[in-house]
Parts: sequence; structure tokens; C-alpha cells
Amino acid sequence: MSTQDVLLAASEESNQALTASLFALVVILTVGITFWASRNTKTAADYYAGGRSFSGVQNGFAIGGDYMSAASFLGISGAIALSGYDGFLYSIGFLVAWLVALLLIAELLRNSGRFTMADQLAYRMRQRPIRQAAAISTVVVSIFYLLAQMVGAGALVALLLGVDSQAAKNITIVSVGVLMIFYVVVGGMKGTTWVQIVKAVLLMFGTLLISVLVLAKFGFNLSDLLGTAADASGKGQAFLEPGLKYGATATSKIDFLSLGIALVLGTAGLPHILVRFYTVPTAKQARVSVLWAIGLIGTFYLMTLVLGFGAAALVTGDAKDQIAASGGNLASPLLAEAVGGGPGTLGGAILLALISAVAFATILAVVAGLTLTSASSVAHDLYANIWKKGTASEKDEVRTARIAAFVIGGAAIALAIPGQSLNVAFLVALAFAVAASANLPALLYNLFWKRFNTRGALWSIYGGLISAVGLVFFSPVVSGKVDPETGANLSLFPAGVDFSWFPLENPGIVSIPLGFFLGWLGTVTSSDKGSQERFAELEVRSLTGAGAEK
Amino acid sequence: MAEPISRETHRAYERIHNEPQFAELKRIYRGFVLPMTVAFMVWYLLYVVASNWLPDFMNAQVFGNINVALLFGLLQFVTTFGIAYWYARYSASKMDPLADGLRDDFEREVGQ
Repeated sequence: MSTQDVLLAASEESNQALTASLFALVVILTVGITFWASRNTKTAADYYAGGRSFSGVQNGFAIGGDYMSAASFLGISGAIALSGYDGFLYSIGFLVAWLVALLLIAELLRNSGRFTMADQLAYRMRQRPIRQAAAISTVVVSIFYLLAQMVGAGALVALLLGVDSQAAKNITIVSVGVLMIFYVVVGGMKGTTWVQIVKAVLLMFGTLLISVLVLAKFGFNLSDLLGTAADASGKGQAFLEPGLKYGATATSKIDFLSLGIALVLGTAGLPHILVRFYTVPTAKQARVSVLWAIGLIGTFYLMTLVLGFGAAALVTGDAKDQIAASGGNLASPLLAEAVGGGPGTLGGAILLALISAVAFATILAVVAGLTLTSASSVAHDLYANIWKKGTASEKDEVRTARIAAFVIGGAAIALAIPGQSLNVAFLVALAFAVAASANLPALLYNLFWKRFNTRGALWSIYGGLISAVGLVFFSPVVSGKVDPETGANLSLFPAGVDFSWFPLENPGIVSIPLGFFLGWLGTVTSSDKGSQERFAELEVRSLTGAGAEK
Repeated sequence: MAEPISRETHRAYERIHNEPQFAELKRIYRGFVLPMTVAFMVWYLLYVVASNWLPDFMNAQVFGNINVALLFGLLQFVTTFGIAYWYARYSASKMDPLADGLRDDFEREVGQ
């Protein structure tokens, strides 16, 4: 080994030590916050909804922390770094979606619900079947999303700490899982919310810093940045135009449209986002939360554009190959290293460690929110309202929620370890498709359509859920997809197995209209008029906040 | 059965539902959000459709390396921020006073 190799290896080791210390700092900080927040968690409203005591601004940051996942931070910038403009669709869809939440859902839900998504529907439907359906849908959406984050965490942390063995990935997944269970069991909604607020601040600071450094390299001239990225990509102007990734065939174009629809309609049906509206005292504060969230999330997604094209323009040599090998996921961390001075420099090492720690905090905050939401639905909907028929004491209910968090967290760990070959972006897109197909139709009909009844709600929830998951099962994602050039198997199932008949990878374009259609069909074929009497009450309550939970 | 509420609360809801102020609040709310939802969905889908099927339009360069596709995408951010701001102003000035008044009446009536 030459002297230079020894020096490089030594600097590599000290970089990893720096990254590891920052990770440890994130863990210590969030664990401390969780203990601190747990002191004031006594009632069910404290555990499920943080005592409804957060301000709109705090909740806006927490929503940002809950929503801007590792898939956004690492995935979108990576998609732009590798395939240029097409990755931008995610940024736009994820942002525009918030208008659905702002205009149609947030305030009405805050006024008419209590702790879970099901509370809102159960207000004028038959309790038991509707809570069961909503709880199943909540857990399914959350588990897909949770798997995406944990699989991503395993791959990412192992890579960043330079330990690319299967055992290291498994240990990472278990550690992330244990931490997430800890936040949720000990801290409840208060602990989880503060973890999300801290994460949102770190994420905004980190991405803003790197974006400014990238733009400064080009004298704040976006056109120069884009031109350099296009040249470095080897694809020229096509890198800046739509269609590089999705424009190949008529089918892939429809897939792109299908994805776009799921992104814009999914957000307002994500259970872990919906429950955040319960953590503020009034509907006005729920509105303020969403306004802040839109500001933060919009700014963040604008920066993903700079990060993605910045990585394409500025990351060179081995690091560039590493981005491609990671499917784009390492674009942001390696960009940070490049703008800090490049590999082997102190500035590069510090920024790499910083951005890696931000990504780690991002994963932790999102998985905690998902676990809490699932556990709340299991405890509040299934246990307290269906099994105990509303006779469970608050203490009993909160204890059950904590046990449920253990079980769901454990199940997520157990699924994530064998699920590491799953594509992270696919799992997130599937969660959005299910949320848009199963949850959004039921929520909107319930708030705006007097005639809507229990059968309609059940048909739209189960129909949307089964069709979204079922279509993906029979899609090329699961079986029968081969690389046209290399012949390599690109599906979940081994090569040679092919039972796919649905041509699209994104089911939304079929399953979302189907969810709405089944909600209508179920309603009009049922003679059930019971829910109509309660509609006037629901309207008054949702629009004025009269009688809303305090 | 749906969630039970007291007879007294039920009567208060029914009364408010028949108030002209409530009909006005509902009209003001729906009059804004329903057309706006249709508008931003159409605007967003137009962007997705153009990305897919209108390459000549989207790839046209406006200045430097900035093409129509990028500007169209950035405009989606501008309209999202704009609609959010517009709704914040509209709801605070037109909806909140009505909703607050009706809620105060309700709370007096059911003694909360």
C-alpha cells in the first residue's frame, strides 16, 4: 500500500467517525426530547393528539417533518440527478397536493374528528364496520410507507457509514425500528411531534445551505447550473426536457399520468398526515398549520431541483459512479461533499456528515409518525370502539396503543429485513395510490355528500384498497419485467415467473376513479338513510367548529 | 349506530343548520373551494399532459437553458403559493366571522 492510499484510508475512517458522531448526536437529541415530552402525556388526547396544544406554526413544521421523507430528500434529488427533468414531477405533485388538504380536508377534519381518520367517518356511519375498514386501510398505507423508509434507511446508513454488508443493513433496520418504537411508546404524539419539528428545522437548514453553496458556484445563475448539468450528464438538452425517464413508450407515458394523479390526490388521504390536524386547538390553527406546511414544503421541493441538477453538474469521478450505483439515493450527500471541497477535504467531510445526519433524522421522524398513526387506529378504532364497544378507560386505551406500537414496529422490522430488495420509490408511490383510492373518496363524500352511507363508505374503502394493491400485484413491478437490453430481471418475483396482465406500474389512474365510483354505487344501491339525518349536524360541526373536540 | 350525542346538542345543531348565516357560510365556503379545486386540478393535469404529449411546446427554450417545461413547473409552485395565500385572506375575512358567531351561539345554547 502506498503512503497516499494509507492517508486516503485514514481520512475515510475519520469521515465515518464524524458521520457516526453526528448520528449519535441526532439520537441523543431526539431521545432527550422524547423523555422531556413524555412527562406531560397523561390522557388519551395527550397520547393521540399531543393534548391539541400545538400552535399552527409548530404543527406546520411538524407536518413538514412528517411529510418530507427520505424518499423525497434523497429520492427526488437522486431521480433528477440521474434522469433529469422527469424527477421534478414528484416535487410538483407532492406540493400541489397540499391544496386538496388545505381547501377540502384540514379544517373540516379538525372540527369533526377526534383522534383517527375513522372518527370522522364514524360520525354518521355505522361504527363497527366503518372503523374496521378505516383501521385496515390506515395500517396498510402506513406499513407500505414504513417499509419504504426502513428499507431506505438500511441501505443508506450502511453506505454512509461505509459498512456495506448485509449484517450492517439488518442492524441498521433493527436500530431504526427500536428507536421509532421508543419515540412512540414513550413520547406519544408530543414526543413524535417535537422530533418532527426538530427534523424539519435540520432538513430546511441543511438543504438551504447546500442549495446556496451550489448556486454560488454558478454565480446564482440557474441557466448556467442547468447547462453544466446537461453537459455533464452526457445527454445534452434532453436532460432538461420531460420524457427522459417516462417518455419512452405510450404505456410509460400513461404510467407517468397515473403517478401524477396518485401524487396529487394521495396526500390528503394519508392517515399520518390527517392525524396531525388533531394536534392543534382550533380549525383556524389547522389552516395556519397547512399554510406553513405549504411554505416549507414548497421551498424544500424547489431546492430539490437545485440539489438534483447540482449533483449532476458538480459530482464527478468515483462519487458520480456511486450515485448511479445507489439508484440516485446518494446524490444529495455526495453533492454536499463536493460543494464542501470534494472527497478528502475537511469541508467535504463535514458537509457529507451533516447531510447524512439530516437524512437520518428525516427517516426517524417519518417512521415515528407512521407507527404512532397505526398504533392509534388499532387502539382507538379496533380495541376501544369495536372490541370494547367504547367501555375501555382512557388509561386502558393508551396502554393498548403503546402495546400496538410495539407490535406494529416489530412487524415493520420483521417485514423490512426480508423486504430489502423492494424499490423504495415504488413503495411510496403505492402508499399514495392506496391513500388516494381508498381514503380520499370516503372522506370527501362524507364531508360533502348528504346521501353517502355506510355501504358506500365500505365499498369505496375496500374497493380502492383492494384494486390499488391488486393491480400492482398483477403489474410488471411484481412479475415479468425484464430489461430490454440486458435481459436482467427487474421484478420482485424471480425471472421466468410472469403473471402480470396490468401494464402500468402505478395503479392510480384505474383504482382512484374506481374508489370514487364504488363509493357512489354502494351508496345508491343501499336503502340506508340513517346517515342522512346526521349530515346536517356534521355540516354545522365541520364548518363552524361547534361542539368540536377541545 | 353512529356516535351518540345528547338531544340538546342535536337540537342546537338543527337550529344552526336552519339559520340564514349558516347557509351563507356554506355558500361562501363552497363557492370558493369547489371551483378552485377544479381549477388547480385542471391546471396541474395540463402540466402533466403537456410533459407527456406536447414535447415541442415544453422543450422550447425561453432564455439560456431555461425551457418552457421548467417555467411551467415553477409556475405550479407560484399558483400553489398564490391560491394558499388567497384562501387564507378569503377565509379570514369572509368565513371566520360567520363561523365564530354561530359557534358562540351554539356554546351558549348547550352551556359549554
